[in-house]
Amino acid sequence: MANSAGKIGAITTSGVAIAAALLVMCLGTLAAVLLRAGDAGFDPADAAAIRFTVAQAAVSALLSVLLAVPVARALARRQFAGRSVLITLLGAPFLVPVVVAVLGLLAVFGRQGVLNTGLVTLGLPAVSIYGFHGVVLAHVFFNLPLAVRMILQGWQAIPAERFRLGSSLGFAPSDILRHLERPMLREVLPGAALVIFTLCLSSFAVALTLGGGPRATTVELAIYQALRFDFDLGRAAMLSATQYALCATAVLLSLRFVQTPGFGAGLDRTAITWGGLGRWHRLSDGVAIGLASLFLILPLALLAARGLPALFDLPAAVWPAIARSLIVAGVCTALTTIAAILLAAAIVQGRFAKMLEFAGMLPLAASGLVLGTGLFLILHPWVAVERLTLPVTTLVNATLALPFVLRIILPTMRKIEADFGRLATSINLSSFARWRWLILPRLRAPLGFATGLVAALSIGDLGVVALFAGDRGVTLPLLVQRLMGAYRMEAAAGVALVLISVSFAVFWLLDWGGRWNADA
Amino acid sequence: MKSPLFAAGFLALANLAAAETPVLNVLTYDSFAAEWGPGPAVEKAFEATCACDLRFVTAGDGAALLARIRLEGEASEADVVLGLDTNLTAAAAASGLFAPHGQTIANDLPVPFADPVFLPFDWGYFAFVYDKTKLATPPASFEALAAADIKILIQDPRASTPGLGLLMWVKAAYGDRSDEIWAGLADNIVTVTPGWSEAYGLFLEGEADMVLSYTTSPAYHLIAESDDSKAAAAFDEGHYLQIEVAGKLAASDQPALADAFLAFMGSEAFQAVIPETNWMYPAKTPSAGLPDGFKTLIVPAKSLLIPADQAEAMRAKGIEEWQTALAK
Repeated sequence: MANSAGKIGAITTSGVAIAAALLVMCLGTLAAVLLRAGDAGFDPADAAAIRFTVAQAAVSALLSVLLAVPVARALARRQFAGRSVLITLLGAPFLVPVVVAVLGLLAVFGRQGVLNTGLVTLGLPAVSIYGFHGVVLAHVFFNLPLAVRMILQGWQAIPAERFRLGSSLGFAPSDILRHLERPMLREVLPGAALVIFTLCLSSFAVALTLGGGPRATTVELAIYQALRFDFDLGRAAMLSATQYALCATAVLLSLRFVQTPGFGAGLDRTAITWGGLGRWHRLSDGVAIGLASLFLILPLALLAARGLPALFDLPAAVWPAIARSLIVAGVCTALTTIAAILLAAAIVQGRFAKMLEFAGMLPLAASGLVLGTGLFLILHPWVAVERLTLPVTTLVNATLALPFVLRIILPTMRKIEADFGRLATSINLSSFARWRWLILPRLRAPLGFATGLVAALSIGDLGVVALFAGDRGVTLPLLVQRLMGAYRMEAAAGVALVLISVSFAVFWLLDWGGRWNADA
Repeated sequence: MKSPLFAAGFLALANLAAAETPVLNVLTYDSFAAEWGPGPAVEKAFEATCACDLRFVTAGDGAALLARIRLEGEASEADVVLGLDTNLTAAAAASGLFAPHGQTIANDLPVPFADPVFLPFDWGYFAFVYDKTKLATPPASFEALAAADIKILIQDPRASTPGLGLLMWVKAAYGDRSDEIWAGLADNIVTVTPGWSEAYGLFLEGEADMVLSYTTSPAYHLIAESDDSKAAAAFDEGHYLQIEVAGKLAASDQPALADAFLAFMGSEAFQAVIPETNWMYPAKTPSAGLPDGFKTLIVPAKSLLIPADQAEAMRAKGIEEWQTALAK
């Protein structure tokens, strides 16, 4: 927009190139499956699957976002010992593989879980986790952390000066809400809800395990069935296209709601405690943080306790699996982060912005199964795919993770451009200086969080590895699955604990790196 | 397409360097090739006889194997596919990718089994497994189970081979009354999981009284964990068989080695490792007999099996019926 012509070219070009690569990964693989299938059509039962998928994803997204608001607000305006550690810990459920997390949830909500044991002791009837509510509960468990973090960032992005101004004008909490918080939420909430909605669209194992029966059939399960048992590639491709269409509708809807708040530039000071000083506010904040911590951390703590004894008797395969998982995560994180920053920079420049942003969101709706199958069909004539397990896994993980990084850094990038873009151009800041002194320092916190998220997700992801892995490509989540598949539930719990610890350590390191010295 | 081409060239060169030893690629499911599965022992024993390099390539389970081989078609590197079951063999044979084995190898299966394309390597009975310390009187039939207040975990027939096995079990036992049985079972089912491991994991967590597994499952707990609390409930209707088979691919570039491997499958060296690594019955009982833990298992009075072509034909309708009955 306001930059010199040459620079627009370079950044926009690289953005377009990345968007094109994403299109190939998402739609190109879909086309490969369709081409191989020859014809395509739906199964009569698919309509019910689509309805169920949309319903559970919508309820899960709404609940996650609504519940996240009080938690994020409490975390944003309270200072207490261990706050930073708690924020990191609350991110954990999002990083844990589904199979593992479901067992953790059952340790709390299952038939023999803590909750039902308590209820029965008190003489109350036991509750069952299985059914629509169970699916939603699990999805909220997975996605609440993401929603909290995205909204918390929104709060922290409101310049401290605005709160000071508000306080000097004698703003009551309701005034803060109206003038500062509500505009921020209007920008952040639709994006967060969209990400979670699309994530839940491709849910498979959670819905099936906790759904209680075939009523809880999701589109992704129908795809799995079409690919695995029916070998009906055409139907799998149609279902995958449906997922994209649903995602596209959601993106368009959410774009209509998004408004960029006009807070203007601040002096990069972090807001300190503001508002909510009354006893009632302190109490409600405490309750919000306490309940969220209990809900998010207890299942994982119980899981960890269970895995502890098996730590002393880990299968030998765990060490190479850790190494492989870390390599995949490292390369994947580097790839995704660079691509997402370039794409975000191109979007901020304004040319093709809508299209670029759309391409950046597309992988969220991708069916991992169809993507993997398509990639397999494309690569197979050229090379033995099982020898490329790790590169292929890395590439697919990087593609699937890009939307997260983009969503997390894009608001900050927009704000930097809006607040400082014209100033930077008017003083002729060179491209290098712009990145070095203006963009990257301000991007550090969201970038730390985003890279931590991608690295951990990549470590915990089973995704396509399961499609391609030979005995030489076993990663940690695959090892957990294999142990579980061979009666070795205790060893699986041990490896799951290793997996959680490794993911979490990597996430912590990167996230902490981003926030280090930034809270001052 | 530059990098795959480069990689292909690179790998071709790498293969030339190692060309002296012929390689036999066996596509099998994960748990067969795992370090605790039969894979390592089988590889060692076969390589001692064949002057070749046996390599396992893996996919998730039996259904994944078939999907994988159909995706790869004739370009597949695999020479042998090991781990399909009789609910999948009709579709596998119809793909035209498999070649007849041309061998006659005696087996000890409880039903006569002779297939021109596939040779069995192990088998088991599906059964509901329970904990004796928690469930004193297990049901003795599907009808008794449906009438009782007993919670069960099953697998989805659309996503897992045991789930499909249960569907065939009910069909084989009750024929046209199968939808009635499913309607009766609906309130017993806690949940339907995508695969065996999820259901079995939930069962061990105490989420249900019984889980669909195999009559041989208690042997694992007995032998590997010295835990005799698990048992399989014997059903009067009889138990459905899962027969696991292997076949050679028509497009194999090592047909002689593939034949040798299929023959080796019937040998003592292969069959003796099956019980305590794959936790199934070996297709041919080893001369030393079965491990002690296997002698405590229930032996069904009646074995049920729907022939492969009929099983394939009734699958789609059976799944529809199952869905309708459970969706109420």
